[in-house]
Amino acid sequence: MMKSKLFDYIERDNFVFNLSGVTKLICFLLLSFGVMFSFDARVIIAIMIISFIVLHVSEIKFRQVRIMMYYIAGFLVINFFLTFLFSPHYGESIYGTSHVLFRITDHYTVTLEQLLYQFTKMLKYAAVIPLGMMFIFTTNPSEFAASLNRIGVGYKAAFAVSLTLRYFPDMIRDYNDISLAQQARGLDLSRKEKLRTRLKNMMNIFVPLIFSSLDRVEVVSNAMDLRGFGKKKKRTWYAAKPLSRNDYLSLAFCILVFLGSIAMSVFVNHGRFWNPFI
Amino acid sequence: MEPIISFHDFTFQYFSQKEPTLYDIDLDIFPGEKVLIVGPSGCGKSTMAHCINGLIPYSYKGTITGTIKVAGKTSEESSLFERSKHVGTILQDSDGQFVGLTVGEDIAFSLENDRMDQVQMKEIVQQVSDMVSMGTHLSSSPFDLSGGQKQRTALAGVMVDDVDVLLFDEPLANLDPLTGKTAIDLIDRIHKDYNKTIVIIEHRIEDVLYRYVDRIIVIDDGHIVSDSSPDELIASDTLRALGNREPLYATAVKYAGVKLTPEMHPGYLDTLDIDAVKEPLIRWHKAQPPHPVKEPGEVILSVKDLDFQYTKKRKILKNINFDIRRGEMVSIVGTNGAGKSTLAKVICGFVTEDKGQILFDGQDIHDWTIKERSLKIGYVMQNPNQMISKSMIYDEVALGLRIRKVPEEEIQSKVAKALGICGLYPMRNWPISALSFGQKKRVTIASMLVMDPEILILDEPTAGQDYHHYTDIMEFLRELNELGVTIIMITHDMHLMLEYTPHAIVISDGQKIGDDTAVNILTDADMAERANLKLTSLYELATRAGLEDPQGFVQQFIDHEEKERHDEK
Repeated sequence: MMKSKLFDYIERDNFVFNLSGVTKLICFLLLSFGVMFSFDARVIIAIMIISFIVLHVSEIKFRQVRIMMYYIAGFLVINFFLTFLFSPHYGESIYGTSHVLFRITDHYTVTLEQLLYQFTKMLKYAAVIPLGMMFIFTTNPSEFAASLNRIGVGYKAAFAVSLTLRYFPDMIRDYNDISLAQQARGLDLSRKEKLRTRLKNMMNIFVPLIFSSLDRVEVVSNAMDLRGFGKKKKRTWYAAKPLSRNDYLSLAFCILVFLGSIAMSVFVNHGRFWNPFI
Repeated sequence: MEPIISFHDFTFQYFSQKEPTLYDIDLDIFPGEKVLIVGPSGCGKSTMAHCINGLIPYSYKGTITGTIKVAGKTSEESSLFERSKHVGTILQDSDGQFVGLTVGEDIAFSLENDRMDQVQMKEIVQQVSDMVSMGTHLSSSPFDLSGGQKQRTALAGVMVDDVDVLLFDEPLANLDPLTGKTAIDLIDRIHKDYNKTIVIIEHRIEDVLYRYVDRIIVIDDGHIVSDSSPDELIASDTLRALGNREPLYATAVKYAGVKLTPEMHPGYLDTLDIDAVKEPLIRWHKAQPPHPVKEPGEVILSVKDLDFQYTKKRKILKNINFDIRRGEMVSIVGTNGAGKSTLAKVICGFVTEDKGQILFDGQDIHDWTIKERSLKIGYVMQNPNQMISKSMIYDEVALGLRIRKVPEEEIQSKVAKALGICGLYPMRNWPISALSFGQKKRVTIASMLVMDPEILILDEPTAGQDYHHYTDIMEFLRELNELGVTIIMITHDMHLMLEYTPHAIVISDGQKIGDDTAVNILTDADMAERANLKLTSLYELATRAGLEDPQGFVQQFIDHEEKERHDEK
């Protein structure tokens, strides 16, 4: 049978992989907040450099993230132009000055302020996305639930994440089987059919998929009840990685970066925006 | 000694049912006993299991009268969680029971819920997984495991709690015959080495009796009808009278006119007093008429040099060649993952072969689409719930024709005919939800039959069915076959293969390793082993009794059974 996991986790031995999932999750959140809060291109570039170093150290292969990268690049480009199209003067209203580079029409003038604003916004994505990938691709799926639980998500909700990872491939397999059996009865799901018919035909797959999944839910919930799930207010995790020295160092470093970003806004910029135009 | 499980005047009725499912149950099971509970589907044996492990009344609500005590406590006195410290349940669906992402996590599940410290947890998981020989697979994901390995993981997952009772709910249902044998061996070892109380719920009596059990409880219609040793039960006619399947060797001995007694120890083939049954067997063997030879039809489906692979790494099918003749009933057997289902998918056109040819009536069907092939070759999936997409029987059966825009009058007559063949015509206006599993299966078959296919391919048509429903489905398929439909079944049920399909094709590791009569394959020790099958107990009986032609004896038995069934109608 073909295997269709949500994504492939390939175990490696390096600094990033060996960190506990909790550390990576907290670091990811800290750095992301640092980036999200600040509109200071210098701070964001600093964090972006950190995140690219982390990506490099983690030895994630480009082909693992290729498709995601293309999507994101596409999204950023579109986002860039749309921002300009809908609010070409937003930069000026933020920074309070106007340095016109050139004008396209009366309404659409390109200003340094607008460019800085849009450039900063793009940098934010470029800084956060590699961190997100780092978390997803270097954390053993088994550790996800444990990590979420450690940062305060209720363990029932955290375990639901784990169950999704466990049963999603089964659903895909069922979907494929059902779809083939329905096609054998003459159902056409290809583009040759009109959209409405195709949607109607899709229903013929979802109905049996839902019913066979409900059968499954009963088995799974019985299996969990019978082994004491929900008995106590808390639970421990077999797959949780205990924190090591590197974990504490990484956490400390990320806290510093986060505080640094806040400090820049509070003490240097006196606001979220870095304004080089005054 | 105090019983560990004790039913006293126990009656249970689900809120959703009109009548009780269990009546006046009185049963004591003592620590260290090994008990087998048998009975047809719907007799109440699963309900009994739910009462023992506490899902009744915790998850399934109903009215209880009388008491059930486990380790001295009634269900009111102990919660489901307390119960689970005494009773470990291994569910029939060991894939569904596998809630962890890896073997280690799944085994640790109960310990995690107990908030055990991680270091101690890892130690116990290692220890218990070694007991069931899964110690080297702790980081494997369920997608890389066989059915047998998943079941052993489930077993370890309840043994971490050091339970007193291990409750197995149909442990053989999803396993091939050889793996089933290994499972029974493992249960036996756990029973002896760790002194657990074992309760097995199963309708495949012969396969469980491959190893010793203390008692067999027979349930019928919510009542305990027999509670005796295997020797006593097999010697009696209780099983057959209630429509359960008794071990084939016992049936054979009874056909030969022997009156079995418990003193002959017929409970297990190994202990059966062969001298007491030898003479009658030889006499019966000599007296049987020769095997009727059927005129073979022309070749309808021919597979030539077929290769198939999903990815470049591993070939799923390698150089497969076989012919199937019109009007045959054929079984395709082999281990899980050997490529049987893939072969069916290639034939139906769901995936395309990499090399080779498939000929239908001498015509190469390489360019036929799935839709075109489905007019000639119908495919019925194992689980009818995965095929049924309409809520009314009539609409479901008519679906294939409506999609093809056949005029409504023609649809009506074709659907009526197909429903008639499947014995569903009186129910044509019923909602599908009102049907039993076996009836749903018939609906899926009817929805293929409306298209007038010449071949039907069925994936595990009898999986999870008791003897009664199994016979129902198989007799129905035989009738279809007599109407001229060629039937191909993918299965690992040896009884099905032996009793219903004269022709069997064996696939192992993507290659065809056997293509012969089912009797010849199930009496070939080497072949059986390679395909994870077992030798049939009929053959072993015949060899032990020193019959002249043990293979011939197996065939005679099949012919005799068929005649009996025929006479019954």
